[in-house]
Amino acid sequence: MSEKKQAAPSTASFGQWMKAAVFVGLRSSWLVYVLAFVVSLMVGAILIAISGASIAEAYLAMFRGAVFNYNANNLAGMLKPLTTSIYAGAPLIIGGLGLALGFRAGLFNIGGQGQLICGAIAAAYIGFAFDLPVGLHLFACLVGAMFAGGFYGWIVGILKAKTGANEVILTIMLNSVAALGLNYLLTQSTFQRPGSSNPQSEIIAKSAQMPALLPPPFQLDVGFIVAILVAVFVWWFLERSTWGFELRAVGANPNAARTAGMSIAFVTAMTMALSGGLMGLAGGVQITSTMKYLTGDVAGSIGFDAITVALLGRNRPMGTFFAGLLFGGFKAGGRIMQAQADVPIDMVLVLQSVIVLLIAAPPFVRWIFRLPKPANTTIRDYITLQANKEVAA
Amino acid sequence: MSVPVATEVAPANTSDIVAKISWKLPITYVIGTLVTLFTALRADGLAIYKFTLSRADRFQIPNWSVDATMLCWILTAVMAAVSVWSIYRALARKPVGVISAVMATASVVAALLTWQGGGSTGSITLTATLAAALALSTPLIFGSLSGVVAERSGVVNIAIEGQLLTGAFAGVVVASASGSVWFGLLAAPFAGALLGALLALFAVRYNVDHIIVGVVLNTFALGLTTFFFSTILSENPKLNSSSLHLTNLKIPLLGDIPIIGPVLFNQTVLTYFMYAVIIILTIYLFRSRWGLRLRACGEHPHAADTVGINVRRIRFSSTLLSGALAGLGGAYFTIGASIGHSFNNNISAGNGFIALAAMILGKWHPLGALGAAVMFGFAKALAILMPSLNMGAPSNLINMIPYLVTIFAVAGFVGRSRPPASENVPYVKA
Repeated sequence: MSEKKQAAPSTASFGQWMKAAVFVGLRSSWLVYVLAFVVSLMVGAILIAISGASIAEAYLAMFRGAVFNYNANNLAGMLKPLTTSIYAGAPLIIGGLGLALGFRAGLFNIGGQGQLICGAIAAAYIGFAFDLPVGLHLFACLVGAMFAGGFYGWIVGILKAKTGANEVILTIMLNSVAALGLNYLLTQSTFQRPGSSNPQSEIIAKSAQMPALLPPPFQLDVGFIVAILVAVFVWWFLERSTWGFELRAVGANPNAARTAGMSIAFVTAMTMALSGGLMGLAGGVQITSTMKYLTGDVAGSIGFDAITVALLGRNRPMGTFFAGLLFGGFKAGGRIMQAQADVPIDMVLVLQSVIVLLIAAPPFVRWIFRLPKPANTTIRDYITLQANKEVAA
Repeated sequence: MSVPVATEVAPANTSDIVAKISWKLPITYVIGTLVTLFTALRADGLAIYKFTLSRADRFQIPNWSVDATMLCWILTAVMAAVSVWSIYRALARKPVGVISAVMATASVVAALLTWQGGGSTGSITLTATLAAALALSTPLIFGSLSGVVAERSGVVNIAIEGQLLTGAFAGVVVASASGSVWFGLLAAPFAGALLGALLALFAVRYNVDHIIVGVVLNTFALGLTTFFFSTILSENPKLNSSSLHLTNLKIPLLGDIPIIGPVLFNQTVLTYFMYAVIIILTIYLFRSRWGLRLRACGEHPHAADTVGINVRRIRFSSTLLSGALAGLGGAYFTIGASIGHSFNNNISAGNGFIALAAMILGKWHPLGALGAAVMFGFAKALAILMPSLNMGAPSNLINMIPYLVTIFAVAGFVGRSRPPASENVPYVKA
């Protein structure tokens, strides 16, 4: 078989190549991703039409806001949207990676919101209450955020491991506890900004703020570097470390993992702590990079957006990284769309959910478009097959 | 020959088997006693209890002014008695019972209220707080019943939040557009069922993980309703009118019972319908063919299929019913209460998730879910009452209590709650 594979392509004509490409393309999983994206844009188009705006104008505004602003009068202005997308994507990437870790172990961590809030509280407190040298201060903020979020996640892990409590319900409850706790803290003198009656904290010290990566017109800062480092770490952890192997083993088949001598309790607690730690770090980045101070809605919807990011990335580090960038682009583009085309940014939520829903159900997408069943053939395989058929005939 | 051998290996006398003493409840009650003792030591002044909801009530009960310290000491004595009783029952290895649990809960809550109300200018509006508790728990009850129906059939419905939201939205928009609140009341469950149909399509037909579909559908519903709110509804405020809503219907005689009457039996049709749903579900889930089949699909779908039950069809239809119930519950946010509200962004505000927790806390039983949902509603009502008694009362922390209680409960403190065995397990015919 393998010798024939080598021989076949040289004799194939261009037409055969094209036929093979179509055959394989229709059966590849990539097509589902592309179609899911297209369908979501079509659903968005219907919404835009209902709202009375021009579809082309709205999507062009989104493009200008997320990728390339062809209307700007200098190069920096043209490229700025792309960097804004990356900037908006950083907390989503970090959070998405944290949740993906949990999903790989079979733990459905919906508590991203709560863990993120804990991280944000820790980062903000270290940021405004301490006076540390530049560099070390930011580092302390991020590490503190990680530990706070990690501890909050660990509570869930240890309860699940020891009592078998459902992690979905635990994390949902802890989300509410964290949100209420944050609102409580913001009315206390330790956190509330002096001379202000609003529930917001002091602005964190300059030394605790993320340094910029690019000069002023751009917003991009070191948060993106942190996101890249986290992605590399998660990849290394999952694919190359012993704990990561145990995590994947428990996620794939807990009974087999237990038989092989792994401690499910340890893996559960460790995974939840790590997952929460990364969510906390996302909160730390949110404070030191985006917000610079603590408010009641510091978490926004990042905790829930991160779930869709992880799902879209199929819980793989690379996939989650790019899914985070895509959602960052949606966020940045959605703002411009709202400002210039008068289409509410909430449409982005619909786009995101349609994409994730469709990607989770490839057979459904294939059914909508009457596509053939998926197959793992490559173009070479197909040409070889055809050549063999011709020989046989 | 064999007869004496048989008598020798007779099973051990059942009285020889000793059960482990369960200290969970006695410990809880002792902690409760300490809390009441704390309030008794700290309370001072007069606490005013107010029992009458409005002047329209038939029996006007005069306000009751009581020395806060004395009442707290009495409640402490009650708590101490309950604790001693629970220790006695635990040592006798017998169940402690429901009555003592109710007494303990009531004593602790009353002690906390009396302590806060003592010496305060505000009065403890007991009846109004109970009414508020019922109002706040109505969507939660609908949501948790919706969860019970879906999960008993083996489908995890995390999309309750989204169904509440779409129900609230569709209810007010259709009512405003048609000019009749009844059309709105029909549209709300229809919208919830539509979302349920999406859940069923992906979860039952295409075997996608139910939690993933639910989470995404919540985002979908939030995005859709917020989008329409800031486009169509903001351009046509007439479509989002708060003037259309149900009115209270007082049930004769029952509505005149002091305290309970105005709270339970002077409500809108939606609330009465909720009572009916609770009763019907409790009976039919466990005493009817339909209920047996539904539960079989959630526990052991293969066995159900073997006896000729169409598992996917039952799961599909119960997911639709679940969505409809949650959608109807959502209508309470806008048109279902006796005070109408216009739709607002994210009006369900996490109630769907709390309903989910109530269902689990209630051990997947309609009555348990009802109890847990009322507990959440009552805690919310208390958090509203507290600041009127004591300006400094941390309402955020009081609001936290039900969530913490749930965490303790699902962590096995109130006995293990076991989900239906085949929940979130796709049924694929072999």
